[in-house]
Amino acid sequence: MKLRFATVWLAGCSGCHMSFLDLDEWLIELAQRVDVVFSPVASDIKTYPEDVDVCLVEGGVANADNLELILQVRARTRLLVSFGDCAITANVPGMRNRLEGAEPVLRRGYLELADGSGQLPHAPGLVPDLLERVLPLHELVPVDHYLPGCPPSAARIRAFLEPLLRGEPPLMEGAAMIRFG
Amino acid sequence: MSVRTLSINGHAVAMATGTTLLAAAREVGVPIPTLCHLEGLSPVAACRLCLVEIEGSGKLQPACLTPVAEGMVVHTDTPRLQDYRRTVIEMLFTEGNHVCAICVANGHCELQDRAVEVGMDHSRLPYRHPDRPVDLSHPLFGLDHNRCILCTRCVRVCDEVEGAHVWDVGWRGEHCRIIAGLNEPWGAVDACTDCGKCVQVCPTGALFDKADTTGEKHADPARLGALVRARARGQQTR
Ligand code: SF4
Ligand code: SF4
Ligand code: SF4
Ligand code: FES
Repeated sequence: MKLRFATVWLAGCSGCHMSFLDLDEWLIELAQRVDVVFSPVASDIKTYPEDVDVCLVEGGVANADNLELILQVRARTRLLVSFGDCAITANVPGMRNRLEGAEPVLRRGYLELADGSGQLPHAPGLVPDLLERVLPLHELVPVDHYLPGCPPSAARIRAFLEPLLRGEPPLMEGAAMIRFG
Repeated sequence: MSVRTLSINGHAVAMATGTTLLAAAREVGVPIPTLCHLEGLSPVAACRLCLVEIEGSGKLQPACLTPVAEGMVVHTDTPRLQDYRRTVIEMLFTEGNHVCAICVANGHCELQDRAVEVGMDHSRLPYRHPDRPVDLSHPLFGLDHNRCILCTRCVRVCDEVEGAHVWDVGWRGEHCRIIAGLNEPWGAVDACTDCGKCVQVCPTGALFDKADTTGEKHADPARLGALVRARARGQQTR
């Protein structure tokens, strides 16, 4: 039976997903070996399904929507992969944590740096509230595998997925596999 | 020259008195990871990455500072030491702000190198995200405290090799940081000769040349050893 495969995009720049698309023709091989059941770049499904085997999660957890989705992903996925530095360290989105809280971040972005006409975004139910801090995935939910890099190169992603698809744990060691940045 | 005989990971070793365990281990091809240590500077054992086990002693000892002794039985790579080393690296990553992707030293950073060596694919400790400043007051160089691991190589090279003593360590605990002069902006410290030695020996992207942008800092700290050896032999060109 084919593995049920998903990718999820939280607080990241989408660069990790772009790197995933850089797998080029290997994507065809991947598509033959898995069912893509949820992905911003490879599926139109809007709700995260049940019984997912593997999910690559890009980005940290920065707002209420991210939080809801990661809890759902964890509950419905066998192998959750922290995909890229933002998911693993909070990385660039986490740079706002030094301002200590959502309110100072919004004030900084929408008022202090605006040219006079700024206003704070307020659209309940439409624009998700920022969390006080951006967190790496594993500070919120158990994570099964870590795939570092900003972004992880296509070669690194492939070297990670190939053993995983065979049911073996990927060997995460050496600069080619785990160097940050 | 008197000699001490000891064992390092089962290798029988004979070394001159005064040799450090680090030098002895390297001599026989046993690698020990280091960060604060740099040939040409006095050892301070600040980073604790090179800790080793010595049989009969309950205390771990820093290899960069501990001299060889007769009959010592040393272990450099036990599971306990491997775990401590990974923890030390995780502490360095989480206590400051290391955003490698946008760092001047990305790809050429000794902290990144050590993280790979200890197998760190994530940190088991939480990130602190402290609010730390950046000093861009010097005309040529910058100091980003977010990436400083307090190894004190800059302090030592400026004092011991350049003789200018621009740098010191201020405060304690989580407030501990490198200061220029009497805690002045770097650019206001007249003693600085603009030599750039601190930038060259800094293992991370904390000290950098302002002309360098992301991933462009390619420092070569080992050059210091050559400079200090040349001085010791009187090989200056003038
Ligand atoms: S890890 Fe890098 S490439 Fe991936 S989402 Fe974050 S910033 Fe973008
Ligand atoms: S100093 Fe090294 S570890 Fe820190 S952000 Fe820069 S490249 Fe990464
Ligand atoms: S600025 Fe660089 S050399 Fe100086 S203590 Fe910090 S990391 Fe070490
Ligand atoms: S290298 Fe020995 S303590 Fe830092």
